Amino acid sequence: MTATMLPASDLRSVLRGLPGVDKVGVEARAAALGTRSIKTTAKAAAIDLAIRMVDLTTLEGADTPGKVRALAAKALRPDPADPNCPSVGAVCVYPAMVPYVYEVLKGSGVHLASVATAFPSGQAPLDVKLADTRDAVAAGADEIDMVISRGSFLAGDYSAVFDEIVAVKEAAGPAHLKVILETGELGTYDNVRRASWLAMLAGADFIKTSTGKVPVAATLPVTLVMLEAVRDFRAQTGRQVGVKPAGGIRTTKDAVKYLVLINETAGDDWLSPDWFRFGASSLLNDLLMQRTKLTTGHYAGPDYFTVD
Amino acid sequence: MPKSSAPTRLAVRKTYKLYIGGAFPRSESGRTYLVKGDNVALASRKDVRDAVSAARKAQAKWAGATAYNRGQILYRAAEMLEGRRKEFTALGVPAAEVEAATDRLVWYAGWSDKIAQVVGAANPVAGPFFNLSAPEPTGVVGVVAPASLLGLVSVIAPAIVTGNTVVVLAPGPQAAITLAEVLATSDLPGGVVNILTGHPAETAPWLASHDDVNALDLTGVDDAALATELERAAAGNLKRVLRPAEVAGDFTADPGLHPMTALLETKTVWHPKGF
Amino acid sequence: MSLFEYAPAPESRSIVDIAPSYGLFIDGEFAAAKNAFKTVNPATEEVLSEVAVADAEDVDRAVAAARRAFESWSALPGAERAKYLFRIARIIQERSRELAVLESLDNGKPIKESRDVDLPLVAAHFFYYAGWADKLSYAGYGTTPLGVAAQVIPWNFPLMMLAWKIAPALATGNTVVLKPAETTPLTALFFADICRQAELPPGVVNIITGAGETGRLLVEHPDVNKVAFTGSTEVGRQIAQSVAGTRKRLSLELGGKAANIVFDDAPIDQAVEGIVNGIFFNQGHVCCAGSRLLVQESISDSFVEALKRRMATLRVGDPLDKNTDIGAINSAAQLARISDLSEIGSAEGAERWSPPCDLPTSGYWFAPTIFTGVTQAHRIAREEIFGPVLSVLTFRTPAEAIEKANNTPYGLSAGIWSEKGSLILAVADKLRAGVIWANTFNKFDPTSPFGGYKESGYGREGGRHGLEAYLA
Repeated sequence: MTATMLPASDLRSVLRGLPGVDKVGVEARAAALGTRSIKTTAKAAAIDLAIRMVDLTTLEGADTPGKVRALAAKALRPDPADPNCPSVGAVCVYPAMVPYVYEVLKGSGVHLASVATAFPSGQAPLDVKLADTRDAVAAGADEIDMVISRGSFLAGDYSAVFDEIVAVKEAAGPAHLKVILETGELGTYDNVRRASWLAMLAGADFIKTSTGKVPVAATLPVTLVMLEAVRDFRAQTGRQVGVKPAGGIRTTKDAVKYLVLINETAGDDWLSPDWFRFGASSLLNDLLMQRTKLTTGHYAGPDYFTVD
Repeated sequence: MPKSSAPTRLAVRKTYKLYIGGAFPRSESGRTYLVKGDNVALASRKDVRDAVSAARKAQAKWAGATAYNRGQILYRAAEMLEGRRKEFTALGVPAAEVEAATDRLVWYAGWSDKIAQVVGAANPVAGPFFNLSAPEPTGVVGVVAPASLLGLVSVIAPAIVTGNTVVVLAPGPQAAITLAEVLATSDLPGGVVNILTGHPAETAPWLASHDDVNALDLTGVDDAALATELERAAAGNLKRVLRPAEVAGDFTADPGLHPMTALLETKTVWHPKGF
Repeated sequence: MSLFEYAPAPESRSIVDIAPSYGLFIDGEFAAAKNAFKTVNPATEEVLSEVAVADAEDVDRAVAAARRAFESWSALPGAERAKYLFRIARIIQERSRELAVLESLDNGKPIKESRDVDLPLVAAHFFYYAGWADKLSYAGYGTTPLGVAAQVIPWNFPLMMLAWKIAPALATGNTVVLKPAETTPLTALFFADICRQAELPPGVVNIITGAGETGRLLVEHPDVNKVAFTGSTEVGRQIAQSVAGTRKRLSLELGGKAANIVFDDAPIDQAVEGIVNGIFFNQGHVCCAGSRLLVQESISDSFVEALKRRMATLRVGDPLDKNTDIGAINSAAQLARISDLSEIGSAEGAERWSPPCDLPTSGYWFAPTIFTGVTQAHRIAREEIFGPVLSVLTFRTPAEAIEKANNTPYGLSAGIWSEKGSLILAVADKLRAGVIWANTFNKFDPTSPFGGYKESGYGREGGRHGLEAYLA
């Protein structure tokens, strides 16, 4: 049991008592970290780490068993031309697609993440959301990505959000739980910090930025605030929670910036797929292209990498 | 009989279209009119509508750029105008006027990061309050421009340097569109300046009565009756109006602050001080 | 050794071509002098070039050239002077990378700073003041220039200090003779070349190199109308004494011992960044550095812990490596001063801490350092160290913070960290400092006036206010 049970008013005080975040300051810090120059050996190591951190994702209405099987195969062997290329961290799909992915991934060590709780909007009754969660785990998912109720959060009903996370964590059983804050809808960095702490107090194993389904997804400053939150949470409670930025991370350059962020904020303990993931799809091919450039010495083109 | 000189090369003639949203479209009406042998786009009320829409779309971002950035862009427009002197003199604009227009752009470029220091103020109110007044651009400005190049620059630059966007009705089409080309190659975002060629008497009333235009500059209106009619129409949504000068102005003289301040709002903010 | 080590990321030196020697730039030409001295790269102690020492005769010649040029320069229409300055600004922009690399080589500051902070500000200052040249009647200080300006600048932001001096002087119609610091003459000499590229009339800008004696000869020259000095309070005092009884106008930008005040309702992570930036930016060689952290006692332990954690990620090393945060100390003399005062800090009972640092074996280096348990009575709380050394003091109430912050003969800058607007504004009202940064630090802009109260000097540089010093 990892939730810290708190009466509503105390929860409110704790969240409101967190230190504020100055927008101009945090954006300047994220931008400054983005100017780090990561070359040669450092870049090669960063690329391989980033590949291992990818949650290769497809969350479309048009997904079919064929589509997700192909994605899962790519997850296991991203670069057919190079057996040394590491596998990704996980595959992320809708609950209905879980069984097909499970067939391909089982026993491989690549995790199977399922979105749940009426993703992406979260607008459904609680019992539906919990059933969604249980079914995904039963079908073989070992990770669950849930969405918080943004409406309740923005209305100030922190307890409702908290209780829901606790319930989903319970329904998820042995699966580890990522809580999507949908930072693009929270409005301020202060709210990102509060939502992060709320999720962690309620038992989240990972906090995740976005569903990828609204205009504003992961950004460096938002992720910086979340990394500060997990760092501080561990210092205060002893429990380590992971971070997953998702959506809008398309290039190796972007991915490396996130690794620099971790390196200089939360530190070494989070520099591993157990504690940091990228929710992405097209990022993988860019990582593979950059990886190939480092090994062959020339720029590659998209024809040399599989579409899925 | 000696052969005559080698055949002269046929020139590629330029077409003059409108400048809206950073692009050069024809009039949606398909109309043109003849000016000194060139077919020039004849703007319609729908072009006015589209230009206002483009100007509105570009306004928030332009106003949100740093004053430094806006100044740099106006300076670059001066660089581009200097580089194209010959095009303008070929159109009949006197060289001295092209130089004056270039220098006028430089003058205004230097105002972007200073106007707030001259017209803004920290106000010493009688209480424990921080009180600051600062200028802000009014928004989208409709302009009936004078026919000369220098006149045109003298109405566009003061409006945009502070963060407004403009829809300009220009009676001297070739020079106006060539100026549009200068602006289009100066890193000026599309929609900040929109230039419509044609008959201002036809299009100005649409601009004057448009509810999404915040101010109207009538500097180029020669006809007093038309100016009155336009000012009346502008009163519909209480646009800020710049009347034509009573005596034709000398655009080479120091313009003063009025061309800029007439298109600026002033915002005053209070904040208590105490612990 | 962390899991993610950054490989070397060197900026190439090849973009800048340093001549083996330079003369004095007087009346539009470089001319040799009788004596020379060497300027070294403080990160490696390698000699970069040999630079001339201007003697009394050279100073005289330079002032005379400026005097001759003044007549036509001040008579030019403002719009024409503006265009010269705009040209200079543009050339600086085009040559920014070259100048940034040169600055890092000669000064020791990280390329990240010279490239991203110094050079953009240099260009921006010229752009800003260019625009005032033909608008003086709107500024409120009259339109009459003073004549010949003698300008002496320090080694901490060589080209930026040059821009702060020359841009407003020229815009207002004055001509100048400028002496860069003896340890950092090179970017000023390259600037002389830029003046030639811009076809600036000869004599409008004259650059004479040398040390303290050259500076003294320049500011004491009888045919100078205006003296502008940025440097130590000690020398500033001497200059103020020397102009007494003359008609020379004087502006001074001197030392500081700024208080960076962190209240318990500060945005903590950004405050930590602000403290780090305040004292470690530019190796702490900053007159307005936040060299005293005044932290509210109720959060002082956790704040200092967060500060130490953050300091451990600072990278000290080769200034030309793009990932370096802290470069070399500018000279052996400065390094000695910093080391001596740090020894004194420990001797007086403050607790000293630095993160583990691998410092190179040649060159002048000092690890970022903080002293906790410091009180107002300690020398390290009162004297300007001008290095990467932070003294940490505590306070209980806003009134006490203000009292401690003001309890110094200096008054250049201060920082206030709090999420409460009314507190920030009230504290700002009461701090006797010319530049106050709230929830930020070390922010500079050509439109923003900069200068000190009390022994930090008088006069302001930047903004409309910056014109006053150069107009009658």
